[in-house]
Amino acid sequence: MTVGLFIPCYVNQFYPNAGIATLELLEKAGVKVVYPMRQTCCGQPMANSGFEHLTKDCNELFVRNFAEFDYVVSPSGSCVLHVKDHLHSEKREDQAQAIRGKIYELVEFLTDVLQIEQLPARFPHKVGLHQSCHGLRGLHLSQMSELVAPTFSKPEKLLRLVQDLELIPLSRKDECCGFGGTFCVAEEAVSVKMGKDRVADHLQHEAEFITGADMSCLMHMEGILRRQKSNVKVMHIAEILNAQEIG
Amino acid sequence: MKTEPTKDHAALAHRFNQDEPRVNWHDETLWFIREKRDRAAFAIPDWELLRETASQIKFHTLSNLSQYLAQFEANAQANGITVHWAADAREHNQIVHSILQQHGVTQMVKSKSMLTEECHLNDYLEQHGIEVIDSDLGERIVQLAKEPPSHIVLPCIHLKKEEIGDIFHMHLGTQAGVADPQILTETARQHLRETFLTRKAALTGVNFAVAETGEFVVCTNEGNADMGAHLADVHIASMGIEKLIPRRADLGVFLRLLTRSATGQPITTYSSHFKMPRPGHELHLVLVDNGRSVQLGREDFRNSLKCIRCGACMNTCPVYRRSGGHSYQSAVAGPIGSILAPNLDMKKHADLPFASTLCGSCSNVCPVKIDIHNQLYKWRQVIVREGYADPKKTVGMKAMNLVLSSPKTFTLSGKAGRWFMKTVPFLVSNKMNPWYKHREMPQPPKESFGEWYRKNRKPHE
Repeated sequence: MTVGLFIPCYVNQFYPNAGIATLELLEKAGVKVVYPMRQTCCGQPMANSGFEHLTKDCNELFVRNFAEFDYVVSPSGSCVLHVKDHLHSEKREDQAQAIRGKIYELVEFLTDVLQIEQLPARFPHKVGLHQSCHGLRGLHLSQMSELVAPTFSKPEKLLRLVQDLELIPLSRKDECCGFGGTFCVAEEAVSVKMGKDRVADHLQHEAEFITGADMSCLMHMEGILRRQKSNVKVMHIAEILNAQEIG
Repeated sequence: MKTEPTKDHAALAHRFNQDEPRVNWHDETLWFIREKRDRAAFAIPDWELLRETASQIKFHTLSNLSQYLAQFEANAQANGITVHWAADAREHNQIVHSILQQHGVTQMVKSKSMLTEECHLNDYLEQHGIEVIDSDLGERIVQLAKEPPSHIVLPCIHLKKEEIGDIFHMHLGTQAGVADPQILTETARQHLRETFLTRKAALTGVNFAVAETGEFVVCTNEGNADMGAHLADVHIASMGIEKLIPRRADLGVFLRLLTRSATGQPITTYSSHFKMPRPGHELHLVLVDNGRSVQLGREDFRNSLKCIRCGACMNTCPVYRRSGGHSYQSAVAGPIGSILAPNLDMKKHADLPFASTLCGSCSNVCPVKIDIHNQLYKWRQVIVREGYADPKKTVGMKAMNLVLSSPKTFTLSGKAGRWFMKTVPFLVSNKMNPWYKHREMPQPPKESFGEWYRKNRKPHE
């Protein structure tokens, strides 16, 4: 099995450790991983702003980069959902469709494809899990609080495999953090207020770390935490699942 | 009369957020209702089946709307109801006015009807010398405050009880400083009782109209629709053409969903069926299109017409809770308003589909399973395509596409983070970076993932 590793543009540029942890987790699981060097972005920032018609070049590039792999895996629910819902190609539509069927967010790839039941990880901290909306309601990584249906959570299942990690509860377990792509600047006031409220929920429950499967939400909350001079850190779930803190 | 907006949702939401404790109060009040909704929904094991059933009944009805409208009209007329057709808001208002004129009525009592808000009926009638008193308590409060409702089910949810006390003091003669809900409600009750007893004409909304019987159903908690209709000589009911359901048997599905979704109650206190006028009285029904048939023709958006106006999407919406209903500048605010309003006036409401993070909670609480957040995404594409986007944004997006579609430019755009530092978040005016106002910028690492990979693995070019 060969996996094409898709590292979203802003993760590549700002959060390389999330990418490195993703790569290492997959390699430790015995997967052959290839990172196509010519990748850039899935096009979501433009599409969510109403400019999906401008994403054709991004899409063609994406198809050229990732068509050859058995699976495409990415540490971002939001980017994966965008590809799943919107990837098209004028030249190779069959390959675009195939990618839409074989692209996975990291957590669901670990639980559903690799069916990971054990992790040699240790992270002795109190951790709050932020359920990013696109992973939650788009990819169904967890059960959504609005639906009358049995509960489950793929990220929680993995975090429970980490030694000495204490998962804290939240008052609102799946409220949006307010990042929302360009929403974070176009609707600055509401975005910030949503972020402050989400962070406050984690702080009230004494989280030391806020984690999640989408670095964009974490980047937004990190900006708020650092402005508040809080000691609480954000960390992508891949880094926690790959953590080897010595006790 | 509502004037052309001079500020968009973001600007009005910014203003709303100047008073943070008030935002907290607004958010918590509506979240409390979302939680009540959850408890009511979770008490019904087949809740999701119920939603699916309702969604399919509405889909079927909308797919055969002209046939059901004809059936409904014939049955209603056979029952003795006078049926009117209004192509738009203006025609609706004219019809209502002409009925009142025929009876020499200059004062009318009206129960809750979002359709009349959509048509700005009150303003129209007042301009023609007719006084309208809203009999729903929340509606009456915002009417006295000279404000539009901020929520379709909870019209004055943006007001605190002390503020309502001030309004009552000013208009209904309560003592200054009295904010006890029981005293205020009793005052309103006496005030409205006098209104009910003296009005010759009453207007109500319609929640559901049954094609097979020609009857319509009005749901209220206060019984104010019944008080108005039963005491007046002329009852006028205004309904959007999408309010139809085929059979009486379908009604149970919707009544079980409506109030559980809206307020967490099992059912409204009153679900009143109106089928025929009482002897010697008149019952008029105005069927209003006002853009609905256009929306029906928009394949991507026609499901928005399934809406039964429960307001659940507003209560769950993290943006609505923190921006307030008035920031939407539309009779129907919140997520559902944001997919309905652009159909009525795309230019005026071009901001609304962007007033969302696309979190998707709205679609999950919707009792008729409207894919609200997907429609918000689709409206964004339409609004940009039709040329209603900010030209600066268009330039920025094109520049962004140039970088992101070229691996070479993307890599050459600099050491880790340099291009993003200049453009994050996503190419908006940087001279006053709105990200930085209340958030620190991400710290650029010493190398990007790509650079790290090149050093530590065998690159696959």
